[in-house]
Amino acid sequence: MTMTREQVLSKIQEVLVDALGVDDDDVTPDATLMSDLGAESIDFLDIVFRLEKAFGIRIPREELFPTESLMNNKEFIQNGKLTSKGLDEMRKLMPHTDLSKFAKDPDINKIGDLFTVSALVNYVETKLKNAA
Amino acid sequence: MRWIWIDKFLEFKSGESAVAVKNVTLAEEHVHDYVPGYPIHPECLMIEGMAQTAGILVGEARNFSEKVILAKVSRAAFFDVVRPGDTIKFHAQLESISGEAAGTTGKITCEDKVVAEIDMMFSHIDRNLAGKRFPEENFVFTDTFDALISGFRNQKAAETGK
Repeated sequence: MTMTREQVLSKIQEVLVDALGVDDDDVTPDATLMSDLGAESIDFLDIVFRLEKAFGIRIPREELFPTESLMNNKEFIQNGKLTSKGLDEMRKLMPHTDLSKFAKDPDINKIGDLFTVSALVNYVETKLKNAA
Repeated sequence: MRWIWIDKFLEFKSGESAVAVKNVTLAEEHVHDYVPGYPIHPECLMIEGMAQTAGILVGEARNFSEKVILAKVSRAAFFDVVRPGDTIKFHAQLESISGEAAGTTGKITCEDKVVAEIDMMFSHIDRNLAGKRFPEENFVFTDTFDALISGFRNQKAAETGK
């Protein structure tokens, strides 16, 4: 049976409450995993494990949080900002993420803010659709 | 005193689960020091015991090729105290494992009673921490820990003929 977006969101909220020890109310679609919900690097791996279990999907390394390959490529970053080539690469790697606001000032320190609850919902919805 | 908070493994299913046991005795100084006048085995050392049980389970799953460190206590709930004379069992389950990390769930029982539930995340540190380099030798799994599962390793070798 296909899950609705609301059902996916609700399950992701449960995952984040368990993984990050936050209240349900804090896990809004716009909440950022790092700034708003306090996620640290090990939490991202915890979230991946829990999402795999909750939705019965496989999440390859770097697919959901693919910033490492961007950060390690000098062609993609100049003076602390993503180059246009870097932005293009990011669009390819993160189709589940809304980059419109970030693209105006692609400061690498703001990359963490791209990981929102709704980006997770987009990602899981696509994975479920592809698996169906 | 050695920093080891389990006495032996009772069960070890590679890549799946493990059960370790600890006997708490009045001879151990820490039971007197934690709450003076009320000897109990501290909760923090139960967390350490679970980290050792689950950590060895995680390490063995990759043949101790990774340096496994406790990265996160996802959940720890305690339901009763553990006193001298009690024998507690650490039941650890390997829930997920990848190149970078592993997740475990676990409970501690005393006779048939659940005294704690503890879930953890472990990091394979050579693959994390932004490429930071560590000594080549596996300083996590020392001979002390190796001795704990040597019996199960011999059993596995006998079964597989290797």
